[in-house]
Amino acid sequence: MSRAFVELPVVDHAANAARFNADAERTGWHDAALWHVRRKRDQAASAVPEWEALRELASQIKEHTLSRLDEYLVAFEERAAANGVHVHWAADAAEHNRIVHGILELRGVRRMVKSKSMLTEECGLNPYLEARGIEIVDTDLGERIVQLAGEAPSHIVMPAIHVKKEEIGALFHERMGTEAGSTDPQYLTEAARQDLRARFLEADAAVTGVNFAVAETGGFVVVTNEGNADLGAHLAPVHVACMGIEKLIPKAEHLGVFLRLLARSATGQPLSIYTSHFHRPAPGRELHVVLVDNGRSDQLDRADFRASLKCIRCGACMNTCPVYRRSGGHSYGSTIPGPIGSILTPGFDLEKYAALPFASTLCGSCSDVCPVKIDIHQQLFAWRQVAAREGAVSRSKRRMMRLVGRVFGRPAWYRGAGRLARGLLRSLPRRLLYSRGNVWGRSRELPEAPRHSFGDWFDEHRGNR
Amino acid sequence: MSDGAGTSTPESREAILEAVRRARPPASPLPELGLTLPEAGDLVAHFTASVEAVSGAARSLGNETVEAAVRSMHPKAGVMASPEKAWAFDDVADHDPAAIDVLVCRGAFGVAEDGAIWVPESRMGTRAAPYLAQHLVLVVDEIVPNLHAAYARIDIAAEGFGAFIAGPSKTADIEQALVIGAHGPRSLTVLVEGDVQ
Repeated sequence: MSRAFVELPVVDHAANAARFNADAERTGWHDAALWHVRRKRDQAASAVPEWEALRELASQIKEHTLSRLDEYLVAFEERAAANGVHVHWAADAAEHNRIVHGILELRGVRRMVKSKSMLTEECGLNPYLEARGIEIVDTDLGERIVQLAGEAPSHIVMPAIHVKKEEIGALFHERMGTEAGSTDPQYLTEAARQDLRARFLEADAAVTGVNFAVAETGGFVVVTNEGNADLGAHLAPVHVACMGIEKLIPKAEHLGVFLRLLARSATGQPLSIYTSHFHRPAPGRELHVVLVDNGRSDQLDRADFRASLKCIRCGACMNTCPVYRRSGGHSYGSTIPGPIGSILTPGFDLEKYAALPFASTLCGSCSDVCPVKIDIHQQLFAWRQVAAREGAVSRSKRRMMRLVGRVFGRPAWYRGAGRLARGLLRSLPRRLLYSRGNVWGRSRELPEAPRHSFGDWFDEHRGNR
Repeated sequence: MSDGAGTSTPESREAILEAVRRARPPASPLPELGLTLPEAGDLVAHFTASVEAVSGAARSLGNETVEAAVRSMHPKAGVMASPEKAWAFDDVADHDPAAIDVLVCRGAFGVAEDGAIWVPESRMGTRAAPYLAQHLVLVVDEIVPNLHAAYARIDIAAEGFGAFIAGPSKTADIEQALVIGAHGPRSLTVLVEGDVQ
């Protein structure tokens, strides 16, 4: 299985992106699909007059929650336990997997259905349970597609955004016996519906993620469009909900703020089709919540980066990112890709993920669309500085930055370097200008070199030195 | 609470809480929501438009009975069931929920801005029924303007389970093509009863 990223070596985003870009037609298709979603988001957001006020509120509510997270966790646990919910605490991914397996093993679970949960991806739950003889079926259609293909999701909201319908048709033909050559989304979805319905009905347990947990009531909210979280949770005798500790919000009334932002930011819908509020198990059933830290308290301790924990996983920063759209989610080698993944993941393992903060133009569009106002591009920049300080950037980049820093720090050198560059750009043959060292020029034309710099021009026309 | 049901250790709980306590940022006040509700316009018209925008159908019941309206919409349906005894449908408890063609439930109220209907589990029959039925009909007699009004109106913990339902089950996971009827109901119809305003 290629699902768990934990064993992969250092992520080389640029090389991965280059591989993705080798198929130009596909890159354009991927770019357009995500831009379409970004535009739907714009329409939905502009239809809410108090949109900016909601973003500010959401950001402040999360800020407050993080400042008292321990108290809210204890309050949540107390209410949830009083509601008959079993609450578990997992310090890291390994403990999370052990706890979930422990619950399932005690009840003799063989077949489990799972709705979307990036946390269980982060923890590598599927391979862990499969190795222990438990069959796991991902039930979100997009996740089912990537599961059958033996891949990881490439987007947190649209896991199969990188897969073409021809490929899905071929995959379903092979694995579900659909007609060869059939690529009609309606037909393929219906086939998955029939196949998965049988699995829902025979599952011994269901695992779901959590979108929001409410401290004052001890309950949690899960949203889906397909209804797959509900079918799993309501049909199986055991429901295990796995959540990062940052998913907490203080009160039920805050759901109104976050839910008005979430689906509009994610897909441009006003609200997901199903917004399910779980508080107590149904009679004769079991309900478990696993609270997972796995590096979140470390991130909370990093003043420059703790705001990343406000993330509600809408994916808007991915849809808008010019780098993500043209490099694909897998190029980040991280469970959460894109801009938000690039500020969350280096906290796990800086050496391995040091390239991610550089997978950005720092254009700031991610911060502009973020529904909880995370300063994503500022944090990308801050992570670059950390990476450089920790020696986690390549020697050539370090040397180059030192050189550039020296030149920029001395006006005379800077002017001289400019003169030299203009001269070389004009006089060197194309073969030399676009040699292997010129990475920037591989798919772009260098600018036409002017005869004089702006400084020269200014001195000549306006200067009175 | 570690209760023997799983394998959580008290050490982890303490370690996590201690790490969070040490790391937590300076105190930051919880903001007042202070959002004013939109001016009361034609809530039914707004709600109807929102339901239609999310691929559902909505209409005022007028003088028609719920039974007549449902039967006219689903003339060929087999099992039609409801948890409500007042309506002349089969009792949902007498059927395997997976075999129900049309399930008719009373929703607590609709939300105009999102086309969503709040349905607590006491109105579902069983929790799985509204997700397993092939078609879902929800009857409401009250509309609120938006989610803030909705949460002010309900106690989400009053019942073990409750959901906002805003349309038929759908997916766009295959090349962003919208397909209705992913896992759950293939259609949602909302009937608005009485003199709602």
